[in-house]
Amino acid sequence: MKKEITGSQILLESLINEGVDTIFGYPGGQAVPIYDSLYDYKDKLNHILVRHEQAAVHAAQGYARVSGRVGVTLVTSGPGMSNTITGIADAMMDSTPVVVIAGQVPVSLLGSDAFQEIDVIGTTQAISKWAYQIRSVEEIAWAVARAFYIASTGRPGPVVLDFPKDCQVGKGQYKPEKIDFIRSYIPVPEIKMKHIEAVVALIDEAKKPLALVGQGVILGRAEKELMNFVKKADIPVATTILGLSAIPSDHELNVGILGMHGNIAPNIKTNEADVLIAIGMRFDDRVTGDLNKYAKQAKIIHFDIDPSEVNKNVKVDISVLGDAKETLKEVTERMKENKHTEWRKEFIPLWEKEIDTVIRKEIHPEQGPLKMGEVVHKVSEATGGNAILVTDVGQNQMMGIRYFKYNQTRSLVTSGGLGTMGFGLPAAIGAKVGAPDKTVCLFVGDGGLQMSIQELGTIMQSNIDIKIILLNNDYLGMVRQWQELFFNKRYSETTMVNPDFIKLADAYHIPARSIETREELDDAIREMLETQGAYLLEAKVIKKGLVYPMVPAGAGITEILLDDK
Amino acid sequence: METTLYTITIFSENTVGLLNQVTIIFTRRGLNIETLSVSPSAIEGIHKFTITAFADRETVEKVVKQIDKRVDILKTYYNTDEDLIFQEIALYKVPTSKLLESGSVESIVRRYNARILDITETWTVLEKTGHYDESQALFRELSHTTGVLQFIRSGRIAITKSKVERLSDMLAEMKEKVNRKK
Repeated sequence: MKKEITGSQILLESLINEGVDTIFGYPGGQAVPIYDSLYDYKDKLNHILVRHEQAAVHAAQGYARVSGRVGVTLVTSGPGMSNTITGIADAMMDSTPVVVIAGQVPVSLLGSDAFQEIDVIGTTQAISKWAYQIRSVEEIAWAVARAFYIASTGRPGPVVLDFPKDCQVGKGQYKPEKIDFIRSYIPVPEIKMKHIEAVVALIDEAKKPLALVGQGVILGRAEKELMNFVKKADIPVATTILGLSAIPSDHELNVGILGMHGNIAPNIKTNEADVLIAIGMRFDDRVTGDLNKYAKQAKIIHFDIDPSEVNKNVKVDISVLGDAKETLKEVTERMKENKHTEWRKEFIPLWEKEIDTVIRKEIHPEQGPLKMGEVVHKVSEATGGNAILVTDVGQNQMMGIRYFKYNQTRSLVTSGGLGTMGFGLPAAIGAKVGAPDKTVCLFVGDGGLQMSIQELGTIMQSNIDIKIILLNNDYLGMVRQWQELFFNKRYSETTMVNPDFIKLADAYHIPARSIETREELDDAIREMLETQGAYLLEAKVIKKGLVYPMVPAGAGITEILLDDK
Repeated sequence: METTLYTITIFSENTVGLLNQVTIIFTRRGLNIETLSVSPSAIEGIHKFTITAFADRETVEKVVKQIDKRVDILKTYYNTDEDLIFQEIALYKVPTSKLLESGSVESIVRRYNARILDITETWTVLEKTGHYDESQALFRELSHTTGVLQFIRSGRIAITKSKVERLSDMLAEMKEKVNRKK
């Protein structure tokens, strides 16, 4: 008879069986047995001890986003678990595959308001792809296999495993499980050739096609298929924020970013195209603006893996359900080669307009205080488009995504759907662990940094080599921008009295430097990139900077505010 | 917006917390569930939900897709009353003495196609299956003639006018696909 081991050991064996080598976590009362077992698995499982459980999920998200693997978080019950909720919701919104394992009070105490008990399933069902409570030692291996299968297949997402303590200490035999089928779950809908053919006909006839590319292309590993598709028919490509890096920034077909703070050209042209080809994107309200004014002239094609996205926000003419890697290939094979030279030329004057009204003064200002855009631009240039960009949320995020450039896929980690301040620092930690050979640059504001600043401790303890660029304007900049533009400059609770960030970094033995002038910028960036290990560069930027262009919330996507003062 | 009463039929695995997974999708959109009935389906291990709610068609379509998307849900359909044969069951407890006094027991039972489930000296329980309006009409009449001590009405159960349970086709199809894969 096979040797019996504890439930905790079975959990760890099951994780290893799924190819896990890294766990982001935080121990606690109802997870002690798992951590006790972990002590013997140190050579196989690298545990990164975070400083707050929310950060454990964001780090797992960063890890998953850059590596394409499932991120794993391990926490204790009650507050440990409830602290992960923002991270789980964030992963759900941005389709990030993570598995969150939470200790739980013993089964016999469930429902008794036991110490550090929380109804995990009830709390997380609305924000996770799947949430399951393990009730016996026998089902641990099965539950883990199922969790990884669900998290990583179809449209990825977060899975929660609630793991009571008696199941952690109980004994049983470990038998590796592999799950690749669940009868109630269809991860990839079957391709309907009829729809492929209809799409081909529409694209062949299109005079002004525009592809709208979302993260689905990256999640589906369909970057090459996308490239073949748009090249063959000469289709300009606009991306959503999460779709960034699916196509290199400077590719001739890349016409920019969609949405509220995106580029003028793709937003204007959305309402002039005759065929819009949405691929793995979900017509988020920040992308479409007022739906009543969105692309009324265009035939719309929607490629997606998730049937519930079709006609959710925008009514489409044809949907192509399936894995973009396959559907794009099917369409590309059947469609004819094409040229849209004139149509593509139409984007150029709009780009020139944006350069003249917005970009030049943001990235090459001649005088005045430092600007966020110029810092991002310089860091991007210094890293040659090969670094991974991580952002927090707000102005730093919009400036980061607008001015950072990418050569390779999976080069952006940001909180898109949920817009979670405090996401940046822990996500950058996870990104570095997931892509150790890459330079990871985090752009973060003074507000967002302080929402997860405790993670400087994680960086110190685990020697995480990330470059933190703090764009400090002593304001909650994006809210302040809304107050300036739409609320009569009534700056209600958006000014920040900040600590000395350099001293703070010093307390964690993280080299740091603060700059205020343009002349210091190049040297500071050089120093940052040359420094081994983590580095904090504080750029004291213009206090009342504004992110332009801007489509105000609720306006049509072509109603764009510009900095034309 | 114009709303219609939709009947949503859900086939699911019989797992803990399934009902919550379904109802939170209604909650999120502020949709009120009018009736709800859950029971084992004809296929072993699979449960069937019948939910009615007032909504516009676009909303109900989105809700159905979002329910369908849940991992433990096998299949979700929606129908309007025209596509369905449906019933609810209602029980009425009335005072036996009043019922006898009124002298109309027989007539009530006949007119409403109701039946007597149980009689004691003090109370009698009547049962009526039918649509909401019908059980409501009987309730009104009993309230006037005998008074009603207790009243309960079930959620709707429904059967589509098409021939077979569509789920069996789907399961067969999936089984075939898996076999092909192997």
